[in-house]
Amino acid sequence: MRTPEERTTTMSFTDIFLQQLINGLVLGSFYALVALGYTMIFGVIKLLNFAHGDVYMVGAFVGFGALSLVAGTFGAGWAGIFVAMVISMIVVGFLGVIIEQAAYRPMLNAPRLSILITALAVSLVLENSALALTDGQITAFNTDLGFNGIELGNLYVSYTQVVLVVASFILMIALELFVSRTMYGKAMRAISIDKDMCRLMGINVQRVIAVTFFVGSALAAAAGTMAGVQYGRIWYFMGFLIGLKAFTAAVIGGIGSITGAMLGGLILGLLESFATQIPGIGGEWKDVFTFGVLILVLVLKPTGLLGKSEVERM
Amino acid sequence: MAVNTVSNPTSRVDRLYAWFDPPGRRWTAYALVLAFLVTGPLYMSNYAMVIMTNALLYVVLALGLNTVVGYAGLLDLGYAAFFAVGAYTTGILTQEFGVNFWLTIPFAVVAATCAGIIIGGPTLRLRSDYLAIVTLGFGEIVRIAARNLEITGRASGLSGIPNPSLFGWEISGPTAFYYVFAILAVIACVSSVRLLHSRLGRAWLYVRHDEDAAEAMGIDRVKVKLAAYITGAIYGSIGGVFFAVNLGSISPPSFSFQQSVLILMAVILGGMGKIPGVIVGAFIVILGPELLRDIGSLRLLVFAVILLLIMLFRPSGIWPSRRS
Repeated sequence: MRTPEERTTTMSFTDIFLQQLINGLVLGSFYALVALGYTMIFGVIKLLNFAHGDVYMVGAFVGFGALSLVAGTFGAGWAGIFVAMVISMIVVGFLGVIIEQAAYRPMLNAPRLSILITALAVSLVLENSALALTDGQITAFNTDLGFNGIELGNLYVSYTQVVLVVASFILMIALELFVSRTMYGKAMRAISIDKDMCRLMGINVQRVIAVTFFVGSALAAAAGTMAGVQYGRIWYFMGFLIGLKAFTAAVIGGIGSITGAMLGGLILGLLESFATQIPGIGGEWKDVFTFGVLILVLVLKPTGLLGKSEVERM
Repeated sequence: MAVNTVSNPTSRVDRLYAWFDPPGRRWTAYALVLAFLVTGPLYMSNYAMVIMTNALLYVVLALGLNTVVGYAGLLDLGYAAFFAVGAYTTGILTQEFGVNFWLTIPFAVVAATCAGIIIGGPTLRLRSDYLAIVTLGFGEIVRIAARNLEITGRASGLSGIPNPSLFGWEISGPTAFYYVFAILAVIACVSSVRLLHSRLGRAWLYVRHDEDAAEAMGIDRVKVKLAAYITGAIYGSIGGVFFAVNLGSISPPSFSFQQSVLILMAVILGGMGKIPGVIVGAFIVILGPELLRDIGSLRLLVFAVILLLIMLFRPSGIWPSRRS
């Protein structure tokens, strides 16, 4: 098998395009999964949940811990990873509910900026807990997957990438069905329109908010575990940048819109992958590119791609 | 929805604040604080003085951000960008071009004004959540640019920024800089109070409370918001100018998102729009982690938990504005 460097040197334009398309899809589906949590939580309580990136980080660590626990029974291959991911989703889902009950619920009637600071404080608590527990070291996320993949001419797609993208899409479809077909989904959509009226209609608003946090956090945990599998290393600060990017994705898609979050995530992932091919935008400049796109989208179309325009009353 | 921002007017803490209402008591309190500031170096160790200097810098920065967030009600998550603009302007001008330190201040003010217009101009029409993310993106762009550009010294930053001198007397050492920052903080406080009571200050509060009504009364809300943005930028930039000469070296990590968050915390923890509250907030975010230094690596965790508890028990901040 040739090394990635050798492949790059012999790649044609189409090959580069397709390779970046695949990389972008993988990255984009992580962004989309995290962005979904942002957008759902914003929908029901109008809070920019800054702790969401750190929930993703906790998801990666819980997934890692769960994998070490179940590796004896299921092995560290796909079966083990699947079980670990489900465990991580459940545990982190409840963590999300605890965060909502302890930190956000008492603040719902406080000024809007105060609850935002509470979210920042929760983010600090999660980050520093992870820092204290891991000593700030990077943890290697080892699996038995190896680097097998499909080689199509000059193109290389690992099985891991394929499975992760498919899994992300399954989760997104499941979420779409949950929101559009179930009672809780309907309540969620109703609450995002008018919370007080929902309460008058006999909807248990608090419970629906808790369910929203559970689902949003579980999706972030799934993304965290998958990112651990894909990139092979996890650390306490990994949630920060992806939190920002996913937030950007949610805003590009139109915050509050579920389909928008998925679309925004994929678009952002693809844009970033392709941007690395433009001369001069390698490395750190790609983040400048991302935020530049964000600002451009907001200036040209402030509601995001699929967001509904609304008159704001603070 | 009507939100009561005054937590509980009869609570013990609020009665304590109300005790300061009569002008005689208030001026006595000002005199005591000033006396403490002036005599500080007599009984503070060098270490304590460095920490105090840092806290005073944060008073300036928090008061600047308070103009944006507290007065005009615009959430800014990239305030460290303006801090960086000031610091790098001074760093580059003194080091690369040999400009006298005091002459760099007007340049820093102009640079901050331009930055404020560039970022504020197109975005101030957006709704507040989007404004938050745009400012965040802008903050990151400035930091990454500073990290990658040749003129800003890339990741290692600029070092060897010379000490300023005043009438032939070189400002160096902890005591001198302590006084520089004390004077700066006092100027920031006084100007902040004067701004609040000016025509512009009243327009800010009006726009924050009810944009539509303000506009109906003939206030140009975009212009007024832009003024708040630029004012905040200038405070941040001047803070950065003195930060740069105090340390003698600057590097990108000083201007990260965490820095912006820390300044914002000072504002909201203390009480948005309330000057004494913001000052208390600035001291808490700097002195808090220092006082907790004994517990080592856990100190930021403990600090975060304390912060969370303060917000839960006093959602409007420690010393909130009574006006709303």
